Amino acid sequence: MTQTPLLTITDLVIQAQSDDGPKTLIDGLSLSLNKGEVLGLIGESGAGKSTFGLGAMGFTRDGCRFASGSVIFDGIELTQASPKVRRGLRSTRIAYVAQSAAASFNPAYSLIRQYSEFPVLAEGRNRSAVEVDAVEAYRRMHLPNPEEIGFRYPHQVSGGQLQRAMTAMAMACKPDLIIFDEPTTALDVTTQIEVLEAIREAVREFNTAAIYITHDLAVVSQMADRIMVLRHGNLVEEAPTAKMMSDPQEEYTKSLWAVRSFKAPAKPLPDDALTPLVSLKNVTARYGPAGPDVLQNVSFDLHKGRTMAIVGESGSGKTTSARCAMGLLPRRAGDVLLDGVSLPPDYHKRSKEQLQQLQIIYQMADTALNPKQKISDIIGRPVTFYTGLRGRARTERVRDLLSAIDLDPNVYFDRYPGELSGGQKQRIGIARALAAEPRVVICDEVTSALDQLVAEGILRLLVKLQQDFDLSYLFITHDIATVESIADDVVVMQKGKVVEAGPKDQIMAPPHAPYTELLLSSVPEMDPGWLDRVVQKRALE
Amino acid sequence: MHAVLKMVVQRVALGVLTLLVVSALVFISVEFLPGDVAEQILGQSATPETLAALRDQLGLNTPPVERYFDWLGGILQGDFGQSVISQRPITELLAQRLGNTLSLALLATLISVPLAVGLGILAALKRNTWVDRTINIGTLTAISFPEYFVAYGLILVFSVKLGWFPSISIVSGTVTFAERIHLTLLPSLTLTMIVTAHMMRMTRASIINLLALPYVEMARLKGASQRRVVVVHALPNAIAPIVNVIALNIAYMIAGVVIVEVVFVYPGLGQLLVDSVAKRDVTVVQAACLIFASAFIIFNLVADVISIVSNPRLLHRK
Repeated sequence: MTQTPLLTITDLVIQAQSDDGPKTLIDGLSLSLNKGEVLGLIGESGAGKSTFGLGAMGFTRDGCRFASGSVIFDGIELTQASPKVRRGLRSTRIAYVAQSAAASFNPAYSLIRQYSEFPVLAEGRNRSAVEVDAVEAYRRMHLPNPEEIGFRYPHQVSGGQLQRAMTAMAMACKPDLIIFDEPTTALDVTTQIEVLEAIREAVREFNTAAIYITHDLAVVSQMADRIMVLRHGNLVEEAPTAKMMSDPQEEYTKSLWAVRSFKAPAKPLPDDALTPLVSLKNVTARYGPAGPDVLQNVSFDLHKGRTMAIVGESGSGKTTSARCAMGLLPRRAGDVLLDGVSLPPDYHKRSKEQLQQLQIIYQMADTALNPKQKISDIIGRPVTFYTGLRGRARTERVRDLLSAIDLDPNVYFDRYPGELSGGQKQRIGIARALAAEPRVVICDEVTSALDQLVAEGILRLLVKLQQDFDLSYLFITHDIATVESIADDVVVMQKGKVVEAGPKDQIMAPPHAPYTELLLSSVPEMDPGWLDRVVQKRALE
Repeated sequence: MHAVLKMVVQRVALGVLTLLVVSALVFISVEFLPGDVAEQILGQSATPETLAALRDQLGLNTPPVERYFDWLGGILQGDFGQSVISQRPITELLAQRLGNTLSLALLATLISVPLAVGLGILAALKRNTWVDRTINIGTLTAISFPEYFVAYGLILVFSVKLGWFPSISIVSGTVTFAERIHLTLLPSLTLTMIVTAHMMRMTRASIINLLALPYVEMARLKGASQRRVVVVHALPNAIAPIVNVIALNIAYMIAGVVIVEVVFVYPGLGQLLVDSVAKRDVTVVQAACLIFASAFIIFNLVADVISIVSNPRLLHRK
C-alpha cells in the first residue's frame, strides 16, 4: 500500500546572506515523511539540522531564504506560500518544540496562557475549554499537579517540566507534524529519560508525525523509525533506525558511532600515605549571606597526576566545589588544602604562587575568551603575569604553548577568537590555563558544548598534556561517557553533598549507591530497546 | 511581608532619603551664597543696625541646622516660607505656577508618550525599512534643534502664518478647560518634539533586542503575526527600560521647561525660577529647586516601582 506522504521535501536549498555573498546552509536535501512516522535528524552542530527542521515548517531565520527546491506539506507548497498561509498552518497542523524550553517560554505569561494562545486564536475555541484540555495534556505529560502547574510562570517551573509543558503546548491543536529541535539536550540525564518517555507516548497516542533533531545517537535510536545523518547541509546517509545502528555504511557515520570508544590509560592507585595535592575537607558554601547552603560538608582528595571526575546533575554543586577550591567563592566552613597547606578562602588573599598552582578551563570557550584580543595576548598575559616572561621570551613561550595544543603557531598566533572553531577556542582556553604552569587544572564541563568528534579530540589532548606536564585534573562533567573515558577517580554529587567517592572502577561497578544507580541507568544506550526496558524496570520498582 | 511590597517600600524609603539629602543640599548652597537674606532685602539701605534688627526678625541668628529643620518642618506642613522680595507666602506663589507647569507637562505627556511608544513599536516592526528610517531621522531632527528654535518655528507656522494658536500662552485662573488646552498646545508640541526621539529610540531598541530571543522566535513558530509578536510577546518584556526613559522625560518636562515657558511667556514654575533668580529672591529659588528635584526623584521612583511590579520573576516568586 502506498500512501501520499504528509511532508515531501525535494532538493531544498537554504542560503544565508553574508558579507561575502550567499552561504549555502542546506544543499539540496530531500525527505519524505508519512503520517505518524518519526524521523531522526542527526549531525554535528553546523550540519544544518535546525535550519532544515525549521525549513520543513516553511520558516527561515532572519537573513536566510529558500533558494530553490520545494517543501510540500499535505499538498501545500510552503516555500512559495504567502506568509498568511504559512502562519495559518503553524500550531494547528505543524508545531515546534524548541531546544531550551526555559528560553522559549515567554517570561511574561503563565504556561496555560501560552498553551491556550493559539487554540483560542487560530481555532476560535473558548479559553476555559482549552484550559480544561491543557490540564489533561499536562497530566498526560506526567507533570506534577497538572491542575495547578499551568498557572505558574516559566521561571517557577524546572527545566524538565518546562520541556514537557512545551511538548504539551505543541500538541494543543493536535497537529499532524511536530518538529522536536534537540528537546532534551539541555536536560540532565535523569530528567531527560522522563521527557523522552512523555514525548514518545504522546506522539504514539495521537499518531503524530515528527522530525526529531538531535546530536545524540543514543537518544535518536530510542525515538525514531528512520534516521538521516547530515553534514555541512548535505545528506550523509539515511536508513531505518535498526539498520543504521547496526550497519552504518558511510565512514563519517561510523566515526560518529565509534567516538565513545576513547579510553585514557589506567594509572596505578596512589599510595595512601601520600599527601593529596588538593584536598577539600567538609567545605560548606552559599551564595549571598542569606542563601541556603549549596555545598554541605563536601570532602574529596585529588592526588598528583590523576584525573578526578565530579559528576552530578545541574545544581548538584559540582561547579561550586571547584569555585571554592579556586577561591572564587569563599567557603563558609571547612578547609581547602594544597599540598597539605590550607589556602585562604578568598582568592584575593592568596599569594601569586598559590594562584598559579590552580587554573581553570571554562565550559563556554565562546564567552571565556575576549573577542577583541588576539590569541597571542590571551595566552601571553598569564605568561607574563605568572612567569614574568616578556618580549621575545614571551613570544617563544606562547608559540610553544600553541604547539602543545596542536595549533600551528604560524597560523594562529595573530588570530582573534572569532576566527576559530569551537574546538579550537577550547584549545586556546587550555593553553591559557597552561600558561601559568599550574599543577592542578579544573576543567568545568570543557567538552559539553562541543560535538562528539571534537570533544574526543579535546579529551585526547588533555590526556597527552597530563603526561607531558604532570598535571592533575579536577574534571567537572555531567556526562558519564566522558567519565568512563578520562577519569581515574570519581566523585558523585547530589544536592550539594557527596554521594560517593572513590576510584572509577569501584564507583562504576555495582553495587552502587541508589543515586549513582539512578544516574548510571539513565544514560541512554545505543540499543533502540533501551528506553522501553528502563521505563518498564522503573515501573516495576 | 510579601517580597515585592518589601522592595517597593525599600525604594520609597530610599526616595525619601534622597529627597532629604537634596533639600539639605539646596539649603546649604543658599547658605554659601555671599551675603544673607537680610542684606538682600535691605540692599543699599543696609546699616549695621537695620541688618541686625532684620536678622533678628527673620530668625537668621539661630544656627543653620536649626533653621534648616524649621524650613523643612514648614515645608512638610505646606509652608515654604516668605518671598524675600514681595513678602508674600511662597506656597501661594508656587501653587498656581506649579499647577500650570503640571498641566503643561501632562498635556505634553499625553501627546508624546503614546506617540513615542507607538513610533518605537512601528520602527521595530518595520526595522531597516524606509518607515524606520523616516521615523528615526524625523525624531532625531526634532531633538537636534534647540528648544527655542523649535518653539519659534511652531509659532511662526501655527500662530503667525496659520493663526490657529496664540503665540503667547498666558493662562490665568479664569480660563476654561478648552481655552487652557488651546493656549498650552503649542508649548506642549514643542516639548513633545524634544522628548519623543529619546523615548522612541529606547522603545525601538528594547523591542529589537527582544526580537532575537528564543521565545520571540517561538511565538513566530506558533504562527503569530509580526504585529502580535511585537505587541503581545515582546512589548510586555520591554516595559522596564521604556518606563524608565519615560519617567526621566516627564521629569524633564517639569523641571527643564524654563526656555519653553520663557518663549511662550507661560506662567509656570520655570518662569518663576528665572524671575526669582533675576531678583535674587533666594527663598523662592530654594523652593523651586526643591520642587524640580522632587519631580525627578518621584518620577524615577514611580518608574522603579513599575519595573518591579512588571517583572514576573519578582511578582510571582518560586
